[in-house]
Amino acid sequence: MIAYNTAVVLAGASLLGASTGLVGGFAVLRRRALLGDALAHAALPGVCLAFLVLDRRNLPAMLLGALVTGILGVSLLVGMRRATRVKEDAAIGIVLSVFFGAGLALSRIIQNRASGGSRAGLDSYIFGSAATMRLAELGLIAAVAAVCLAIVFVLYKEFKLVAFDMGFARVQGWPAGRLDLLLMGLIAVTVVIGLPAVGAVLVAAMLILPATAARFWTERLGKLLVISAVLGAATAAAGTLISAQFDGLPTGPTIVLVGAAAFLFSALFALRRGAVARVLAHLRFKRRLQDQRLLRAIFEAVEADLPERPVVTAAELAARAELSPAALHRAAAAGWLSAERGGYRLSEAGLARAASVMRGYRLWRLFLHEYADQHGAFGELDVEAVDERLPADLVATLEERLAAEGTLPHAAGPFARTSR
Amino acid sequence: MTTFPKTQIPQSQPTAQPANAADEAAVLDVHDVTVAYHRRPVLWDVDLTIAEPGLIGIVGPNGAGKSTLIKAILGLVPLASGRVRVFGQPVDSQRRRIGYVPQRESVDWDFPVSVLDVVLMGTYGRLGWFRRPGRRERDWALECLRQVGLADLARQQIGQLSGGQQQRTFLARALAQQADLYFMDEPMAGVDAATEHVIFALLGELRRQGKTVMVVHHDLRTVPEYFEQVVLLNMRLVASGPTEQVFTRENLQKAYGGRLDILDAAADAVAARERSR
Repeated sequence: MIAYNTAVVLAGASLLGASTGLVGGFAVLRRRALLGDALAHAALPGVCLAFLVLDRRNLPAMLLGALVTGILGVSLLVGMRRATRVKEDAAIGIVLSVFFGAGLALSRIIQNRASGGSRAGLDSYIFGSAATMRLAELGLIAAVAAVCLAIVFVLYKEFKLVAFDMGFARVQGWPAGRLDLLLMGLIAVTVVIGLPAVGAVLVAAMLILPATAARFWTERLGKLLVISAVLGAATAAAGTLISAQFDGLPTGPTIVLVGAAAFLFSALFALRRGAVARVLAHLRFKRRLQDQRLLRAIFEAVEADLPERPVVTAAELAARAELSPAALHRAAAAGWLSAERGGYRLSEAGLARAASVMRGYRLWRLFLHEYADQHGAFGELDVEAVDERLPADLVATLEERLAAEGTLPHAAGPFARTSR
Repeated sequence: MTTFPKTQIPQSQPTAQPANAADEAAVLDVHDVTVAYHRRPVLWDVDLTIAEPGLIGIVGPNGAGKSTLIKAILGLVPLASGRVRVFGQPVDSQRRRIGYVPQRESVDWDFPVSVLDVVLMGTYGRLGWFRRPGRRERDWALECLRQVGLADLARQQIGQLSGGQQQRTFLARALAQQADLYFMDEPMAGVDAATEHVIFALLGELRRQGKTVMVVHHDLRTVPEYFEQVVLLNMRLVASGPTEQVFTRENLQKAYGGRLDILDAAADAVAARERSR
């Protein structure tokens, strides 16, 4: 059984991770990730000021202070960008470092005071310390998580529209600016609520990592938000557990490292968008091209003799195309051709595919020649998908042209001579 | 895919009666509009009235404020002065009747949504707050996709589309809005001829339904062919009205200055148009 204390910490971290994951999805898509970071850093002076005013630790007051200076920082940032020509990254850098610097100075003043001392626990607001989480904090986190979930659920359609196309949303009459502000407010509240557990320095990573990792697994916004929230909860819980196992291992950095591991795994091994999948897809694509090249070369070599399939010498093939031995091995293994004395002979199945590849190739070539400005309309040019990419009547027209020239590939031999 | 260049493109019919003839107020009334970015005016004192439904090209050199005019009408950029009325009313009260095709580059095409999702956004205005699109909206969005020849790609992520397909997706989204007045910001910029023909055919279809479409257009050669009215712009309004009256060498010279190569191309287009009548 887990200790009561651990259960509180674990529940708090998971709920925190879920809400940062959820709103982080929108933050990343709206390119607000760094804004979240600036906000977190700008929250620190607010925490210190609240402590100075009350002269004691008080969680709600310190979080309120954090929210106030955090929002002040972001407002300054936005104002700076609008009123001057300072660019976004520079504005973020200025706000982040100035506010954080002020926060550090204030925290040092507090810690040097006899009455305050280290009891203020300000370090946890900088570096995070989930282990000291109490029930009150858990309650606050749970409330924020519930509110975030409810708002995102109710306004899902509206948020989706604003995140994708702000201008269109405004033309349609939505209060796009206010919706965007609400989204920003959700980000601010989640960041602030995460301060005591994860710390100002790293809490933004909990916005960014789960959402960026989730993007690798899906092409739909709804799924992305679910995956991001689940991943946020899981990595936060795992990070908390791991940091509890090792004495002195701080929670914030551990959660971030676990999140980074999840991100790295996703970036490498995600099914379609991951790096490995992309490299493999590219290799398969290259192989396919080589296979098609080989079949075209051997088809051209025997085209005049069809339907006979004479042996084609290696030299003859090499003269027609730059072929790798691997491509020949693959073709033999697939049964498209067999190695015979003096060269290679197409099999019946190989001839059928070769004729189909050749047909697609000549159709595309004629198409590009006749309609040079059109290729953009039809996506990728795959010689074996010509019937899916081009309209049927156009394919028929192109085929007639090829047949008239006697170059329409056919397994039984040149098509035109027999049919027309 | 049903569209291919050899298909006959329907011509617009300027004589057709507008569907909602009850609207007596002008479709669009732009009065004394000035727009400035960073205190530098990009549009000066523009007065423009579109009295009747029709296909209207907004034409002018780079930086003439063509897109800005559309954005000012739609309330996307603040007016330094002036006012805009649509169907005789303030724009904000008429947004259900307005359709919009922004520039293709204005959004992130790696955004995790499908083609159908984007087109469904066109129905959001009618749905109003909180209601999610249902069966009816889906069917309608698919129908709009069919009209631009993209029904097969409904489930694809938008990042996999070619430039022309992206443009058609935006067009389908605007169709899904079921508007009476459409604004299109350079819909034919950088698209393939097949897409341009789809757009052109759609313009004709919208025209037949009595809609008004204002199109920012950059290719002078096709202006007389596509549009029955022209708004000629160069930071100020140079001229507006029926194409044959406005699209003259003299007016073009005013809008474009001494860029004779452009003028000659335009003059050829006008001449070709005259001959074909």
